[in-house]
Amino acid sequence: MLEKHKKIAGCTLIAIALAALPFVIGMSFGNAWIRMLDFALLYIMLALGLNIVVGFAGLLDLGYIAFYAVGAYIYALLASPHFGLHWPLWAILPIGALVAGVFGMLLGAPTLRLRGDYLAIVTLGFGEIIRIFLNNLNAPVNITNGPKGIAGIDPLAKSIDIFGYQLHSLYITYYLFVALALLIVIVTMRLENSRLGRAWVAIREDEIAAKACGINTRNVKLLAFALGASFGGVAGGLFSGFQQFVSPESFGLFESIMVLSMVVLGGMGNIPGVILGAVVLTVLPELFRQWAGPMQVALFGQTYIDPESMRLLLFGIALILVMRFRPMGLLPSSRRKAEFEHAAEEGAKA
Amino acid sequence: MTVLLQANNIAKHFGGIRALKGVSLTIKTGEIYGLIGPNGAGKTTFFNVITGLYPRDGGDIVFDGQPLHVESPHEVTKAGIARTFQNIRLFAEMSALENVMVGRHLRSKGSVIGAVLRTPAVRAEEAAIKAKATELLAYVGIASKADVRAASLSYGDQRRLEIARALATEPKLLALDEPAAGMNATETAGLRALIEKIRADGTSVLLIEHDVKLIMGLCDRVAVLDYGEKIAEDVPAVVQKDPRVVSAYLGVPYEQ
Repeated sequence: MLEKHKKIAGCTLIAIALAALPFVIGMSFGNAWIRMLDFALLYIMLALGLNIVVGFAGLLDLGYIAFYAVGAYIYALLASPHFGLHWPLWAILPIGALVAGVFGMLLGAPTLRLRGDYLAIVTLGFGEIIRIFLNNLNAPVNITNGPKGIAGIDPLAKSIDIFGYQLHSLYITYYLFVALALLIVIVTMRLENSRLGRAWVAIREDEIAAKACGINTRNVKLLAFALGASFGGVAGGLFSGFQQFVSPESFGLFESIMVLSMVVLGGMGNIPGVILGAVVLTVLPELFRQWAGPMQVALFGQTYIDPESMRLLLFGIALILVMRFRPMGLLPSSRRKAEFEHAAEEGAKA
Repeated sequence: MTVLLQANNIAKHFGGIRALKGVSLTIKTGEIYGLIGPNGAGKTTFFNVITGLYPRDGGDIVFDGQPLHVESPHEVTKAGIARTFQNIRLFAEMSALENVMVGRHLRSKGSVIGAVLRTPAVRAEEAAIKAKATELLAYVGIASKADVRAASLSYGDQRRLEIARALATEPKLLALDEPAAGMNATETAGLRALIEKIRADGTSVLLIEHDVKLIMGLCDRVAVLDYGEKIAEDVPAVVQKDPRVVSAYLGVPYEQ
């Protein structure tokens, strides 16, 4: 009983903290940082989706952003003046998830026999194919509006008045994102501790032994691709409504690598780790951008390097440092930690 | 005794090398059947063919009265043949218990939606999987190692864990590929007792082994492979004296 009470108390505290967070941040740092918070939540959803494929099933996917793109364009097409459609969010998100899931299977099917580097190259190609399609599907029939992208997308939320106090749309978006991110966290956690989750890990550890145990590795891998992709599709739809603009250039290889970095840096296969990775990699570059200018002025009296380039430089250094000193990620799963310690022992023996 | 597995004219070649040149053998229900032969005779290839790991180039297999479709290993496992590997293949970073729980995959059916909603049926099934896996660890004698990472187990315990994982699929035929390799005398004696217990509990066993003492003491019948052909099949005492078997292992006697 005590355990249960503790659990309820813990959940209540987290709920209060999540509810108060945007107000604390908004009052102290301004609305730009709430926007940042919203982006962090989007990346959490994306990273958790990729974590199913890369972290659980061990399939290195470098084209994951394609599913984000699919979800984003589905929302853009169904809720913008482009086709004159204005469907509601709750109708579009499931469609986006479904279509992205189908694309996940389409990508998965030809890659079933591939692993590691080879799989990475094929998925990379797939990601680029989607982006190039989006770039060129403006003729002969204009579907995606090409490189110009789709503008004027219906917003996710509008600012509302509550008893004369105006609640900015960023706050409403925040609560929507928190709800969906929590949903995705719960779904992922439950999948991890299920028959299917075990089968994914078994495939990652030894595919031949997994087959010998009676696991239909084809179906189980396709499910990993489909589920991971559908999370990406949901996040993409939200991104589209949040930005109110999509264009192919948002879905390049760099974005795929960014999401993969979140998964690896946070701790592959470990849900809290992946969440931390997503938050750190969203917030850190922004902090660097803000600090890079003033810090140079304070140190040298003038700005030598443009803060924008400085941001990427510092970001790169941070990644290298983490991988050097915590190769298993910031918050590794116990399994992965053991794996690294084991490898270190083997290395010491050799 | 009824026939459990009937393999007819199984052929397998790798490029120009004919690893199996039409091997036929019959395993009866309740039997411990040994498969021996010098290195490179095709024993493991035969194993890999009947368990679906390699596609066969000829012949057919009838298992438990049904033609065996060996397009993919998981279907063979589903039909009731479970195996272990010559070079142990465990899920190294999973605990011993989790390894056996993976073996229950085939005999459980929790779906994605069930897992996400965590329905009472799925929760009950999970509990049953865990209970069965715990029971199997005790059965093979490593109950105390349930939470130990598979890679950290001793060699003998890894072999036992692999057997427990195979048994979790509820096989009619358990195929063991050199289970005693690398074991000391005490471990081998323990393994022998375990295999006898498995047979007594109703699972037939197919055994590849180099340890002649183990094979001769344990098996009801033995087949000998040499260069991809079956050169003998009988009770151990007869096979042991078969001149073709002796010459396969020791060479042809010097003729005066």
